[in-house]
Amino acid sequence: MDRREHLKLLLTGSLGAGLLSAAACTPEEKTELEALAGGGYGRTSDELDRDRAVQAETFYTPKEMATISILVDIIIPRDEVSGSATEAGVPAFIEFITKDMPSFKLPMRGGLMWLDTESRARFGVDFSEAGESQRIDLIEDIAWPDTAKPAMMPGVRFFNRIRGLAATGFYTTRMGFDDLGYKGNTPNEWDGVPPEVLAKHGLDYDNPWKDRYLKKEDRYSPVQWPI
Amino acid sequence: MSLPVYDAVIVGSGAGGGMAAKILSDAGLSVAVMEAGGDFDPAKEEFRTQLRWPWESPRRGAGNRRPFGDFDAAWGGWEIEGEPYTRAPGTRFDWFRSRMVGGRTNHWGRISLRFGPKDFKRKNHDGLGDNWPIGYEDVKPYYDRVDKLIGVFGTNEGLPNDPDGFFLPPPKPRLHELYLMRGGAKAKIPIIPARLSILTRPINSQRGVCFFCNQCNRACNAYADFSSGTVLIHPSMKTGKLDLYTNAMVRAVTTDASGKATGVSYISKTDNREYQVKGKVVLLGASACESARILLNSASPSHPQGIGNQGGHVGRYLHDSTGADRGAIFPQLLGRDRYNEDGTGGAHIYAPWWLDGKKLDFPRGYHLEFFGGMGMPGYGIGMSMETMRRHILDEFGKPSPNGGYGAGLKRDIRTLFGATVGMSGRGESVPQYSNYCEIDPGTVDQYGIPVLRFHYKWTDYELRQARHMHDTFEELLTASGATLLGTKPGPETEYGLHAPGRIIHEVGTTRMGTDPRTSVTDTYGRTHDCDNVYVVDAGTFVSQADKNPTWTILALAWRTAEHVADRFKKGELS
Repeated sequence: MDRREHLKLLLTGSLGAGLLSAAACTPEEKTELEALAGGGYGRTSDELDRDRAVQAETFYTPKEMATISILVDIIIPRDEVSGSATEAGVPAFIEFITKDMPSFKLPMRGGLMWLDTESRARFGVDFSEAGESQRIDLIEDIAWPDTAKPAMMPGVRFFNRIRGLAATGFYTTRMGFDDLGYKGNTPNEWDGVPPEVLAKHGLDYDNPWKDRYLKKEDRYSPVQWPI
Repeated sequence: MSLPVYDAVIVGSGAGGGMAAKILSDAGLSVAVMEAGGDFDPAKEEFRTQLRWPWESPRRGAGNRRPFGDFDAAWGGWEIEGEPYTRAPGTRFDWFRSRMVGGRTNHWGRISLRFGPKDFKRKNHDGLGDNWPIGYEDVKPYYDRVDKLIGVFGTNEGLPNDPDGFFLPPPKPRLHELYLMRGGAKAKIPIIPARLSILTRPINSQRGVCFFCNQCNRACNAYADFSSGTVLIHPSMKTGKLDLYTNAMVRAVTTDASGKATGVSYISKTDNREYQVKGKVVLLGASACESARILLNSASPSHPQGIGNQGGHVGRYLHDSTGADRGAIFPQLLGRDRYNEDGTGGAHIYAPWWLDGKKLDFPRGYHLEFFGGMGMPGYGIGMSMETMRRHILDEFGKPSPNGGYGAGLKRDIRTLFGATVGMSGRGESVPQYSNYCEIDPGTVDQYGIPVLRFHYKWTDYELRQARHMHDTFEELLTASGATLLGTKPGPETEYGLHAPGRIIHEVGTTRMGTDPRTSVTDTYGRTHDCDNVYVVDAGTFVSQADKNPTWTILALAWRTAEHVADRFKKGELS
């Protein structure tokens, strides 16, 4: 058995996912294992190459990343339910998605510049160096699109964009899923809306199909036609 | 080296090619299946996207790489690098291709609707277009067999144009679907259980049953939904009669001096060289447009206009389903209780066309599809709070301000989860001679094969139908207690009608008929001018009903393959 075949064999079954993160692998083996596993999410080799090319690029400067980190934690702070955007790794997601959707590059970079310009005009320092209450003063002027002053529109547009990215970046993590209470993406038996929820909404399955819906107990019994 | 001569060479491994391959190999014939993409099996870990979490993708499942998102099974899309097509100025058509074993059956919505008796004879009812040369009674036995072989859930309703079949039990509706059913009752729009080719009970020992992940578009590693690769192609390879050629981009059907087909010529994507595969009969199931392209690119001294094109009809009457959509929010679902609401793929309910025979300002119908519920979040969740937040009311009924940040924003995103719903209309267009694809004389793809140029414009029939769809969306959503999102599109945006090709139901390019001057194939999909070339995809459709085409492709491919096997028995193909 050659090495590639051996690696492929390691991947079969439930072992695979664990192996990808196992310290036992050399970095080269890990890269190869990832490729054999479709990059961990079913990629073709062309797609995997594109992912790697995007990941190899750096877009934001360290200073821009620092501002992004401050902004996303203003948008998604830690609260009584869950952690903050930076705790969920949102800045790294924004770095990736900006490179992966190149139309984000200009408005994001320009928006960050606008924010610093506005901050310097008001407080004499860039946004990241402004005090916490100064930052919030500025954010208040760009966070509410329906009531913002016309002169603030570039800021409003930018904040709409980064609000969306921060929220999506947060709510597509395990931390975000736990915050939402999402229960799915696992094998299960659908037998309708739970009775107590139905009752709350005043709805029921008392309709012309009530006897024809799938019954849990039939789920593994082979069909004999006609049923 | 002497190459094998197959009994049948089949181009394409999707619904039509897959079904033909199964029937012919079961009949003991040797079969080559030519697939332009790679092999794909959703049960293999390297291909698996099912049951993955959004954070396993660096773009969180966004649709900028794969058109329906990172976890969708389709390898392809409306644009494929190196495989262009063109459009005549002032016209629109978007062409979706999946380059993989199973083709577009890997990611499709599994909506499996028989055409009804009227769907084969529309001209008799509205005087437009043409009747099919066959009727429901010709296809019914094959629909019955497809139901039993592949499996489809649904219910027999005794409806005149939405025929009964052999249905597995349907799943109970989700919460928002119950609200929509109640709204349907108020608006007098009958909403019934969906008809989807998903196994809610076992039909054989080779395929598992649905485990309710709502991810059929990711392709099922238990083979609990229909895709041609998992249900037809791969199982048929076990007979030893079927050879699968992957990354084999068919350029043309080859013919001899007498005009008879001898096989196909293809470019191997692996080494960019051209090869031939010989066969006694060629069946094209490459998709309506790709099969038309192959026929047109098969011009030779015996077929100067291409095969099947002696009447100039290859590529003509190209038509797609119409489509329009609307979103809404259910205030009664804001802050809803959490439970696993994934269910099967797609909606558990649908509304078949309910106004047949009513006086309307457009000729043909549409059905309604629904979406919503507490589906798995992906890229896009939490966006649009600059317009959506005002739909969330506090305990005193005061709306939240749009936009914002902080703990209040998080609370409102939580509250909104699972409260949005949507509706789509999918309708029948009227086939037009003037909507067509042809070979673009000036453009080739990266394999040197001349590409298609599309000419397509919607007519007032489709525009007025889309306007009616939007009236229906508002009526039904409002009757269900929903608050409409966005605005109703008007004439300036063609009433929100999607561009042709966007619904991915394109058909009609090699339509069947009895007159060789106005059709391309006979009633078995055999080209009028080449006795051993058949079409087994939706190219043969005379008209695309307001139904999804897959079940009819499967039934007709079965019928054609049986006819071909019969001809082999009689010694007509050798």
